[in-house]
Amino acid sequence: MIRAGAEILLEVKGLRAKVAGVEILKGIDLTVRAGEVHAVMGPNGSGKSTFAKALAGHPAYEVSGGTAAYAGSDLFALAPEQRARAGLFLGFQYPVEIPGVSNSAFLRLAYNTVQAVRGKDELDPLEFDDYLREKMKLLDIDASFLDRAVNDGFSGGEKKRNEILQMALLEPRLAILDETDSGLDIDALRVVANGVNRLVKPDNAVVLVTHYQRMLNYIVPDYVHVMDGGRIVKTGGKALAEELEARGYDWVKEAA
Amino acid sequence: MSSVLENLVNQPYRHGFVTPIEADTAPKGLNEDTIRFISAKKSEPDWLLDFRLKSYRHWLTMQEPTWPNVKYPKIDFQDIIYYSAPKPKKLASMDEVDPELLRTFEKLGVPMNERAKLAGVAVDVIFDSVSVATTYKQKLAEVGIIFCSISEAVHNHPELVRQYLGSVVPTGDNYYAALNSAVFTDGSFCFIPKGVKCPMDLSTYFRINTESSGQFERTLIIAEEGASVSYLEGCTAPKFDTNQLHAAVVELIALDDAEIKYSTVQNWYAGDENGVGGIYNFVTKRGLCKGRNSKISWTQVETGSAITWKYPSCVLLGDNSIGEFYSVALTNHHQQADTGTKMIHIGRGTRSRIISKGISAGQSNNSYRGLVKIGPRAENARNYSQCDSMLIGSKSGANTFPYIQVQNNSATVEHEATTSRIGEDQLFYFTSRGIGAEEAVSMIINGFCRDVFQQLPMEFAVEATKLLGLKLEGSVG
Repeated sequence: MIRAGAEILLEVKGLRAKVAGVEILKGIDLTVRAGEVHAVMGPNGSGKSTFAKALAGHPAYEVSGGTAAYAGSDLFALAPEQRARAGLFLGFQYPVEIPGVSNSAFLRLAYNTVQAVRGKDELDPLEFDDYLREKMKLLDIDASFLDRAVNDGFSGGEKKRNEILQMALLEPRLAILDETDSGLDIDALRVVANGVNRLVKPDNAVVLVTHYQRMLNYIVPDYVHVMDGGRIVKTGGKALAEELEARGYDWVKEAA
Repeated sequence: MSSVLENLVNQPYRHGFVTPIEADTAPKGLNEDTIRFISAKKSEPDWLLDFRLKSYRHWLTMQEPTWPNVKYPKIDFQDIIYYSAPKPKKLASMDEVDPELLRTFEKLGVPMNERAKLAGVAVDVIFDSVSVATTYKQKLAEVGIIFCSISEAVHNHPELVRQYLGSVVPTGDNYYAALNSAVFTDGSFCFIPKGVKCPMDLSTYFRINTESSGQFERTLIIAEEGASVSYLEGCTAPKFDTNQLHAAVVELIALDDAEIKYSTVQNWYAGDENGVGGIYNFVTKRGLCKGRNSKISWTQVETGSAITWKYPSCVLLGDNSIGEFYSVALTNHHQQADTGTKMIHIGRGTRSRIISKGISAGQSNNSYRGLVKIGPRAENARNYSQCDSMLIGSKSGANTFPYIQVQNNSATVEHEATTSRIGEDQLFYFTSRGIGAEEAVSMIINGFCRDVFQQLPMEFAVEATKLLGLKLEGSVG
């Protein structure tokens, strides 16, 4: 939902970033206001995932130029955990497996850490269990998730559902979802889309990084951006996504 | 390796201090006179002096083992002090304990008098090589349990010591066991009579104090028919630059239906980040399940020492006896650990279980070495082994050397092994959810070690969790 006077949650200017010494992002500008849903699309290797990880603070991604303000403060001055505590969420394209750490303990620790920063009461294991099960029911996620280790032995679809569950628990102000739709069957895609749609409220925003348009059949974006060669080369509305689906990315590249 | 990980694992050793207590010390070096000196100092009977001399003569004919996957400069056995004792005192209560010693324990976070009272633990304190105080002895005595230093046992219960000493680990068993049998200075003795369940966990804190004093402890625990006991051993040492040799021998004997649970948390000085200094921990621990349906369970959390060479083992002689080994070994910097167990199945229907978790950080090397041997008479014997390794960073190493020998075709032997790595991506996953890197590492490690920690007695489990946290905590910012 676009509202002219809404608070600016994220303002990225001229962002450049390197991975292993190679510059991938070559000057990105993006403004996200509260209540908006943005889709960042583009061909493989255009820098979409690098953009998402640089914003979240992955240590392998080195910011080499430009600025990013999150709710008015310097995003790059914050450590990754501080960004998360301030309400930034990254949904991973490939969530890592963490054997030995129970999913429920992990979710509770993440939840309580963020709650504490927000000045809210932490939940004890029993209270948290009730809260968690309620969220899982809403998202149609199987209870067996809780007894397993974090992402350990999860199928691709289960890992993505777990990401959405974390997002639902942490209630971020700005969620960046990195190809959360890739590799999902239609049921899982609905679960993910349902989770995202539940999150979108007037004071939150979502940035969907995606390769395909099909996710956008379930989540209607306010803006669609096309990335190529480490830059945003075109910005439009939902119609742009449909045009990309029909015509591919080459015409955008040529036009740029 | 990311700087976050490096900071986490590069914590300086916190227990580095020397307590200035006067020691009554033997001159450096080892010969028959040294052994006679030790024996005379302790007013030992002739049979024990003979035991020592026989061991020493055997040791002279033996070679230092070279098969472990560890490297260290040759040890000069003539450059070691073999006996060092605080001024001998007989203490009626904890109030009489040298306040300096109490302060040392406080620095370690182990206020023993409080600990003893609050936790209901009888602490037989070994300070350097002589027992300083024994608590709760009377309460234990009421149910017929003997819990004292082995020197006291030699004087007060010579028939028991003579019967069992060296019965599980013979004097010539291996190079370091032979050395220990020749020069052991003190240690603990524990006897649980027939049918008695020990009403509390028994605990000993070891601490190496005098520089260059090799410490050679000897522990002997006997559980008679139907008896059971849980024994805790915790260790830490001050910081020195010269290597210190530690060669202990622990013998456990379980008769029919008896159960012994032996838990260790070991945090001796591991050397600095360049691999200088640190304890050489060459220990022989073995339990004999002598009676039918007996059970011996070893649980160890090994985080210290420059070199660890240790294989707590079970000889399953009695029919249907059970041996267990649960181990967490953490190495960092240049630490080397070659540790594991031996399960020797001799009796029918014997069962064993091995759970080993190795964590290697820095440039350390961590090896699991285990033997499962099923003898020809061990009908329907069963073993399950699980050996998991976790690497932190990219410069550490992990090895698994499982040896399996089966001489009875009704046996079932299972072995599982995994290797995993804590890398940047795992840590980022935690931090991207608001969880700090330190907490993340501790959560991963505790998750990895859970199967072992569950086996530790309650207060020890808390201590072990804290210890791993300490080892891995750092200036993460």
